[in-house]
Parts: sequence; C-alpha cells; structure tokens
Amino acid sequence: MRTILVILKKEFLQIFRNRAMIPLIVFMPLFQLLILSNAATYEIKNIKFNVVDLDQSYFSRELVSKFTASNYFILNEASFSVEQSLESFKTYDARLIVYIPKNFERDFRTSGKSEVQFLINAEDASAAGIINNYAVNITRQYNSEIVTKSSVIPEKTSLININHSNWYNPELDYRTYMVPGILVALVTLIGSFLSGMNIVKEKEIGTIEQLNVTPIKKYQFIIGKLLPFWIIGIVELIIGLNLGLYIFGVPLLGSPFLILLLASVYMFVVLGIGLLISTVTHTQQQAMFIAWFFMVLFMLMGGIFTPVESMPDWAQTIAYFNPIAQFNRAMRMIMLKGSQLKDVIPVLNFFIVFAVIIMSLAVWRYRKTE
Amino acid sequence: MGENHIISVKDLTKKFGSFTAVDKISFNVLPGEIFGFLGANGAGKTTAMRMLCGLSIPTSGKATVAGFDVYRQTESIKKNIGYMSQKFSLYEDLTVKENIEFYGGVYGLSRERRKEKTEFLIDLLKIEEARNKLIKSLPLGWKQKLAFSIAIIHEPKIVFLDEPTGGVDPITRRQFWDMIYEAADRNVTVFVTTHYMDEAEYCSKVSMMVDGRIAALDKPEKLKEQFGVGTMHEVFVKLARPAA
Repeated sequence: MRTILVILKKEFLQIFRNRAMIPLIVFMPLFQLLILSNAATYEIKNIKFNVVDLDQSYFSRELVSKFTASNYFILNEASFSVEQSLESFKTYDARLIVYIPKNFERDFRTSGKSEVQFLINAEDASAAGIINNYAVNITRQYNSEIVTKSSVIPEKTSLININHSNWYNPELDYRTYMVPGILVALVTLIGSFLSGMNIVKEKEIGTIEQLNVTPIKKYQFIIGKLLPFWIIGIVELIIGLNLGLYIFGVPLLGSPFLILLLASVYMFVVLGIGLLISTVTHTQQQAMFIAWFFMVLFMLMGGIFTPVESMPDWAQTIAYFNPIAQFNRAMRMIMLKGSQLKDVIPVLNFFIVFAVIIMSLAVWRYRKTE
Repeated sequence: MGENHIISVKDLTKKFGSFTAVDKISFNVLPGEIFGFLGANGAGKTTAMRMLCGLSIPTSGKATVAGFDVYRQTESIKKNIGYMSQKFSLYEDLTVKENIEFYGGVYGLSRERRKEKTEFLIDLLKIEEARNKLIKSLPLGWKQKLAFSIAIIHEPKIVFLDEPTGGVDPITRRQFWDMIYEAADRNVTVFVTTHYMDEAEYCSKVSMMVDGRIAALDKPEKLKEQFGVGTMHEVFVKLARPAA
C-alpha cells in the first residue's frame, strides 16, 4: 500500500508539472463539446441549386419559389440546358438541379399528372440522401397545395396522412444527440492515450530499468500508473457532463451516478488497452500510432458520428464488441431516455468481462525480467 | 560455489538468437570487494550485469547473487541490490528531494526514514541549495553522485554500477570514486563497469571481457605483472586488440 501511494504521489507530481497537462484537462472537454457538438450535425443548410425550367409557367415558377423560400435552398443559376447546368456540379456551385419539363403545368391541369426531375450530386451519398429528402418534401407540399387549390382531380386523391412524433429528442436537436457521444470520446482518449504514453515514456528515458531492479511488484506499478488517469478520466467526465447540462442544455433524464458507475468500469477497459499498447511498444511515437489506429477504428465504428444501424451486418457484429459503441449507446440511453440500471446491465457486464480480459493480458505482457 | 562469495557465477551464458552475447563466464566476488568489469563496447558487460540484477534470464549456466538464484529468485535479488544504469536513472522533472523520497519509498523505507535519508544525502552531497531544484537543472556530475547515493539508499549488500562516470569531468570522477570507496568500507560490494583504465586501477579485482568471454581476471597489479606492462591501459590494449 505504501509503495502504491509513493508511486501515485510521483505520478501526480509529474502529471501536474507537465505544462501541457492542465490546459489539456480543462480545455479539451470544453473545446470538444463546443466545436464537435455544433459542427457534427446531419442538417444541411444553404444548398445551392440550379433550375432548368423549360415550362416557364405559373406552376413551374411557383415550385421554384417554394425551394428558394425554404431555409434549405439557394438558387444558383437558371438555364434552359441540363448540360450547361451540370457544369455547376463540377465546380460545386450547385448540388441539385431541378429539371421542369415542357408542359409541366398543362399536363397537370389536363391529366392531373406531371413530372419533375431532380439531379443530385451524390459524391457524398449521405448528403445526397438528405438533399433528396428536402426536395421531395417541398415538392410534395406544393403538390398538395395545388391539388386543393385547383379544381382538377388528380390521379390519386386518397393520400394517407402520416403523423410522426420524435421520442426522446423531440426537436431532433443534434447537440442532444452528440454531447453524450463526445463525452465518451473524451474519456476514451484520456484513458488510452495518456496512460499508454506515460508508461512508454519511462521506457524511453530509461527509468523503467531502474524501477525494474527495485522490489516494486507488478500490481503496485500498474495500479500506481493507471489510477491517476482513472481519476482524471472520471473528473473529466464530471466536468463534461456539467458543461453539457448547463451550457448546452442537454437533458439528463437518468441518474448521473449510473453514468459514473458505468464510466468507472469502462475506464478500466480503456486503461487496459493503453497499458497493453505500452507493453508492446518502445517509444511514445510507436504507442501514439498504435493507439491512434485502434481509436480511429473504434470511434468511427462507435456510433458517435454515424449510426451503428446503418452499418452492414458484419460491421454491426464488430460494433457489438466495440466498447466505445457500447458506452456510447448506454450514455444516450441514460441521458436521453432515463434508462435505469436494469436496462444497462448487459453493458456493465460486457465492460467487466472486457476489463478483466484486457487487464490480465496487459499484466501478463508487462515483464520486470526479460 | 564458495560459501562466502557474495556473487558466484559459473558458465553463465546469454544468447540472443544465434548471437552469443555472454559466453560461459565464471567468476566469484567477495563481500566488500570493488569488482571492475572491463571490456570494449559490445563485449557483453551490460548483458552480464543485467542477468546478475535479475533483469534478464540467462540462457544457461549458474549464478547466485547475495545467495539468490538468478533464474528463480530475481525478486529476492532485487531487494538486496542497488543498480545504477547506463541511461540516466533519476526523474528529470522531479526535484532532488522528490527523487530521494520516491526511490526511498519504493524500497520500502518508512516516512521518517525517508526524511532522515533525504537530509543526510543533501548534507553529504553538499547540495542544500539544490534541494528543491528539478534534476534537469543540475550539472551531470551532481546527478551521477546523487544517482549513486539513491542506488544505495536502502543499504543493499551489492551495488551494480554500469559505466557510472561516463561523460563526467576528472575531478567529479575522483569524488565519485571516493564515494565508491566509502561504500566498500561499509562492506557494500561494488560491481562496476567502466571504460576508463585509470579507474580499473582503483578496483580490488578486475575482469576483462572480450567477445562475450572473460579474457583475464585478477588483481590489477597481478594483471600488469602477467602482461609485463606498467598500466591497466596497456593490459586492455593487449587483450582487446586481437578482437578488434
């Protein structure tokens, strides 16, 4: 016990003597929350679009004005040639072309049926999907307007009226959705990077050799090395949660203590990963690269920025074993839905098993004697 | 293996793949001796020393350090030895006082004992003004003397020094050797590797390693007599030359 305290004291002295550390601990959560939660949204605004209106009718002009009147679209150029209009795709001056064929209005009035075509720049598939959605919605709305206004009976009159309501995030506020995920990313980074780099640093400067000839026991060394980052991670999470609640107005329907309980076990998982990386590397640079490789994979497949549900089946299976994905889901469950212990028990169990395995591996790999 | 030998080595060998770094070396060290472990760069000195410190498991051969086996009792060895590695072993971002207290604590010294030791060492090394200074701000000579003092803070039976005076000025080296003598007077066995042949003259016994083997082993004056030369430097050149 005394030995552990001695190591802890030394670690804290070194951590807080490092000038980069305090700003990192205080500003990292603040900046991540500020920038990412505002930047990473699925909403697209001010989409530039071109119009190719061959009809030049009252209806066609009104449809275009519906686009420009919405918050989403800005008219870039109007022309009479699709070929010419497509030039704007190459320069990104427009992402959507609304093509209105000749006789658009006449066809509607005579047969109750007419067509309009959207050409969408689909380099970014998900953006294209969103643009399509907006455009279809605007057109559909205009459609029902003219159906009611005009005396014409359209081909189909019996439309099913759909009403939907969004649960747990009624305004579809992306910050509400992003903040829990970003908090997960934050504690994960602290746990894996800082702890791994810290141990490798002792290898780099050679002091590990000195420690290895002392009677320090493996477990004492490992606890002494990891506990500071466990504490820092939990403190970071508390700071981040408070920022999320009081500055970003993200709801916390469940218990903050349940979050801390999950986080305290989760930290052992990420600390174990950091420790394992430190046992197989010799320099901080190597440790950085390896940690980076795994973190990028885990993060991108963690459902923080893109939903796990949109991944193919095999990727969803991997995501099931991804601690970041699990913690991210549990955080959203607790914060936005008010889920309780019984709802997140599987996640907790998963963390415990994962932590035990990864820690045992790391302890086994750490050698005082070669 | 003699009862009174504090270090006893018989046919100790270490191979890294097909490369034999240490090839069947044998020697004994008596308590209180200053055992000089000499050899050119890459002769296998550090590898041999690491095996004796319990940092590296030998490939074959036998060795006991302070009565403990180097294969099975590495942790017991570690309680009884001090070690000062080639690389700098103090924490540059901690102060003199914090380093002493940390290593004292790691070796299980009580809080009071650590305080006492800190005062004693600061007084002994005459570094009162540097007490709360970071190690990185100290001159190399001070650091090395402090590192040695810390290596024997727990009063071990044996201290292993791996090129302790590399890059240090002659006056500081002299002072460093005074410290080694004082330790030997307190019956601490000193096992030291060095490149400086004048330092070899200070040792009570010297072994000369060439290509992983011990090429010569005796008291300095005996070795000079045997090779018919006047200094250890000449002994070294005669032995190391054929290898080079």
